[in-house]
Amino acid sequence: MLRGSTLVRHGLVFLGLTVVLLLLTSFVFDAYTNYNVTEVAILAISAAGLTVLTGINGQVSLGHGALMMIGAYTTSVLLTWHPDLPLILMLVASIATTGIAGAIVGIAGARLRGPYLAGATLALAVALPQVPSHFASIFGGNQGLSVPTPTPPPFLGANFTQEEWLAWIALAAGVITFFVLANLVRGATGRRFRMVRDNEVAARLAGVDVARTQILAYVISAACAGLAGSLFAYWVTRTSPSGFTLNLSLSLLTAIVIGGLGSLVGAVVGSFILVYLPVWTGGFASSLNLSSNVANNVPLAIYGIVLIVAILVFPRGIAGGFASILRGATRVLGPSRRSPALPTAPETPSQ
Amino acid sequence: MRLFVIYTLDGITNGMVYAAIALALVMIWRATRIINYAQGAMAMFTTYIALTVIRHGAPYWMGFVVALAAGMVIGAVTERVLVRPVESRPPLNAVILSLGVLILLEAIAPMLFGGQTQSFPVPVSNIDIVVGTTSLPVSPFALFTVGAVLVAMLLLFLVFQRTTLGLRMRAAAFNPEIARLLGIRVGRMLTLGWGLAALLGALAGMLAAPSVYLYPSNMDEVLVFGFTGAIIGGLESPVGAVAGAVGVGLALSYVSGYVGADLAPLGGFVILIVVLMLRPQGLFSFGRQRQV
Amino acid sequence: MRPEISRSRTWAVAAVGGAAALLTAACGSSSSNANTASAPGVTSTTVTIGSTQPLTGPAAPGYSEIAPAANAYFKYVNAHGGVFGRKITYTYLDDQYNPTSTTSQTRQLVLQDKVFAMFQALGTPTHLAVVNYLNSEKVPDLFVASGCNCWNNPSQYPQTFGWQPNYTIEGKILGQYIVQNFASKKVGFFLQGPNDEFGTDGFQGVNDALQGKGLNVLSTPAYYTPTAAGAQAVGAAIASLQAQGVQVIVSFSVPLFTAIAEASAAGLNYHPQFVVSNVGSDPPTLSAILTGGALGKKLPAGLIAGTISDTYLPLLTDAANPWVTLFQSIKATYASSLPWDGNVEYGMAEAFTFVQALKAAGQNPTRASIVAAVQNSHWTDGPGLTPYAYSSSDHNGFTGVQMVTVGLTGSLTTLGPVQTTDDTPTGAIAAFTGTASAPPTSGIPSD
Repeated sequence: MLRGSTLVRHGLVFLGLTVVLLLLTSFVFDAYTNYNVTEVAILAISAAGLTVLTGINGQVSLGHGALMMIGAYTTSVLLTWHPDLPLILMLVASIATTGIAGAIVGIAGARLRGPYLAGATLALAVALPQVPSHFASIFGGNQGLSVPTPTPPPFLGANFTQEEWLAWIALAAGVITFFVLANLVRGATGRRFRMVRDNEVAARLAGVDVARTQILAYVISAACAGLAGSLFAYWVTRTSPSGFTLNLSLSLLTAIVIGGLGSLVGAVVGSFILVYLPVWTGGFASSLNLSSNVANNVPLAIYGIVLIVAILVFPRGIAGGFASILRGATRVLGPSRRSPALPTAPETPSQ
Repeated sequence: MRLFVIYTLDGITNGMVYAAIALALVMIWRATRIINYAQGAMAMFTTYIALTVIRHGAPYWMGFVVALAAGMVIGAVTERVLVRPVESRPPLNAVILSLGVLILLEAIAPMLFGGQTQSFPVPVSNIDIVVGTTSLPVSPFALFTVGAVLVAMLLLFLVFQRTTLGLRMRAAAFNPEIARLLGIRVGRMLTLGWGLAALLGALAGMLAAPSVYLYPSNMDEVLVFGFTGAIIGGLESPVGAVAGAVGVGLALSYVSGYVGADLAPLGGFVILIVVLMLRPQGLFSFGRQRQV
Repeated sequence: MRPEISRSRTWAVAAVGGAAALLTAACGSSSSNANTASAPGVTSTTVTIGSTQPLTGPAAPGYSEIAPAANAYFKYVNAHGGVFGRKITYTYLDDQYNPTSTTSQTRQLVLQDKVFAMFQALGTPTHLAVVNYLNSEKVPDLFVASGCNCWNNPSQYPQTFGWQPNYTIEGKILGQYIVQNFASKKVGFFLQGPNDEFGTDGFQGVNDALQGKGLNVLSTPAYYTPTAAGAQAVGAAIASLQAQGVQVIVSFSVPLFTAIAEASAAGLNYHPQFVVSNVGSDPPTLSAILTGGALGKKLPAGLIAGTISDTYLPLLTDAANPWVTLFQSIKATYASSLPWDGNVEYGMAEAFTFVQALKAAGQNPTRASIVAAVQNSHWTDGPGLTPYAYSSSDHNGFTGVQMVTVGLTGSLTTLGPVQTTDDTPTGAIAAFTGTASAPPTSGIPSD
């Protein structure tokens, strides 16, 4: 009963959020902002899945970009064969194939710990893009497959742009994903995930099937990556192996850690940083009038420094850092109430 | 048959370079329980330093020694300044930190040394040895590569097994609390361990550069293959790391030669997965299973 | 020195050096029309154009010089009065050769920076990711820096234009040279691939020319992947060509991998004849890569000597050529830190073509008028060895090349006449009979 009412309350909050976001895209943001917001939403969906896997279940993945690639190619190949299939079907198909791939990776990964899992997923991220590159008759080789931009339905009017429509789709998908994940991690499943992360032996004593829990976490995480990958294909409008470099996988991991490990809000913060940091630093570098060897690499250097400083100064991520500052502020300023229920990073996430 | 011999010798030569990286990763793992993802970038950076020294007219060996020393300094400073604060924190923090160092080094290198791809000199010829009229499938530089890594391993083995300093370093890595009680400066030992590992990485960088050439991300894949080798061998075992890395080198070379160069990384991945499914702790680990 | 003085001096130089440009400007101002903001990215005083380039990352070596070189040419034009009094602002962003970055940066250029046109965007997989978008937004997509024949598709991509001869055209002319000169030798291939546009288009062209000529051709090419692991595998790939008795290696490879292939062959004591596509054969780029002594004491220039390739622009080393003198003097003034190599010549020559197009688009250009100008002008003067092939049904740029050979010091010598063809399997290869054009004395296109 109580649980049901939480669900309803959550549902209303997320519904409100959706409406606000959609109104923003249509009435406040320009086309370019919408385009960037779409990227933030896509990365946040993938990062949220990774948060469940790494932050909440304690399994590290350096190869989530490879899972996104599976989702992107599912959509792109299906669209090559049947260009008229509706978008929603593409999203569902990508979730399904990537979920299955996630189950396979999860079954293999459940036997691995720490750096062994990290190394295996790292090798996956390097190796998997070779598959579409090699099997060109299906996947188009190095030049990849073209993906048509989804056109908005006519009832939205002639002025409704493709950028707006894609932003709507990505934001709606994002809100639904976060709604499902937020409820999942607060419920019994999330508790089992955390028990396995914090102490495998204790979890086993409490009757939790550790391997099955880990595989489930992988499937959920991969399903998110598949959804993100499908949207990514529409967003890039071409799916090719060179779009899924090791950098993408590593960026997702850095996003969830500097955002705040184990926090879904952190996944959004981290994705926002991933998208906007290069935009800001690129402009900054070109305003400095440096030699090209220096100026071209300033954004990369700033990204490296941000990672290092974030880890040294905000060990619980930027979302966690703000949470502590807010808690400190409420303690000082406000009456002795309980601090607001901001998401916090777990104490001992294992590698 | 001649091609098989060429593929095999290429595989061993490349594998020995991966082995040097694998060994560096294992040393750091055993000392601080951290995987140093910046190992390859550090090696790239010291190779640029060597090239700069050589370009200023110094002989190859001067550049070689300066790079090894620079590697040692970079490794030690990284541990003391950046890694020390996160050693007691969740392991993922160290992962992200080393990724940050990797990105930073790959951004700074082109600022200091230019963005052009460059070749790196060899101390001995890398043209295959000719006996009479027959060209043997091996060059003096290939022999040098294998020999240099073997000598480095032997020296490290002697330091760790036959000197008091080595004993202290092993004690600090094995059980920091007890080592501290015994009066060992544990922090200093860890710094030294990182320095020696980075020295080994610097060697790998200079041995890889003549074949992969020198540009800021030239060691990324070498790091992945070295890491793969270390995992196949088992992160606890230096011998295993070397064997695993040479195995990866051979596998990549055979897949390139007989199946297709573009599928080589996939071949390496498949072997890694097969090994890990049979032995989740690698081939040469005989310790506790499933330690977290 | 006060700024006013220096500015007036610049104008004086413009008046003397740019007589033709001044004439055009005078014509413009004598008519009643004033400059207006006639299109996105166009104001009465500026034209902003955009590009995506691999300024960092694995594809950056060599290619990162192209956009700065083009920009140097634009600075020269701007210093001499611009085009119809407008200065060209060239915004090029670093996509690291990653199509995902290309996509978002192209959106930034079109939506945020509001560029008038895209210019010399570099790379096949990268630009394929945005070509649909640019065409649906009707953004002129001028002179893509890639030899993929995919850019010549006026019905599907009416806004997109290639510039350099595509890889198939180049392959056919290289193949004909092999038929004429190495008929008795066994021919093999070293290609980027196996499923890469660059390698497959070139392979197609060479095979078209070798077809039915009775040559001994090894039908299975050796491939490379442009990565560090790929670099380590080149030795084995070349060894397999050696083991199969190949005497002529046709190579469609980027500069780094041409260098690695030639160094690997030497390392194997194997001395085949290399026939390399233009993209991968620029001697200064190869020498810069090989300097440092990949082969101990062996000279790098000696290593690449004898390589056969082709060119569609004036020879870099032809100091008497007016295009070479023009571009070298602009480089010396506006981009002194750049080397003088094929990438720099490419960037400046392409910038010249853009200024031609912008002038032809009229005093107040629109996106439609510049596309029409490229299709309909049929310029006979340009930096290429052949005229442009642009028409409403053909979006290829140059369709002809001249064979060259690399000398001991990295110098280039031409072999035979300039030859033109198309990218169909049976299209004839013909010697070009026209004469090469010279640049206008001002260095700025006159019409």
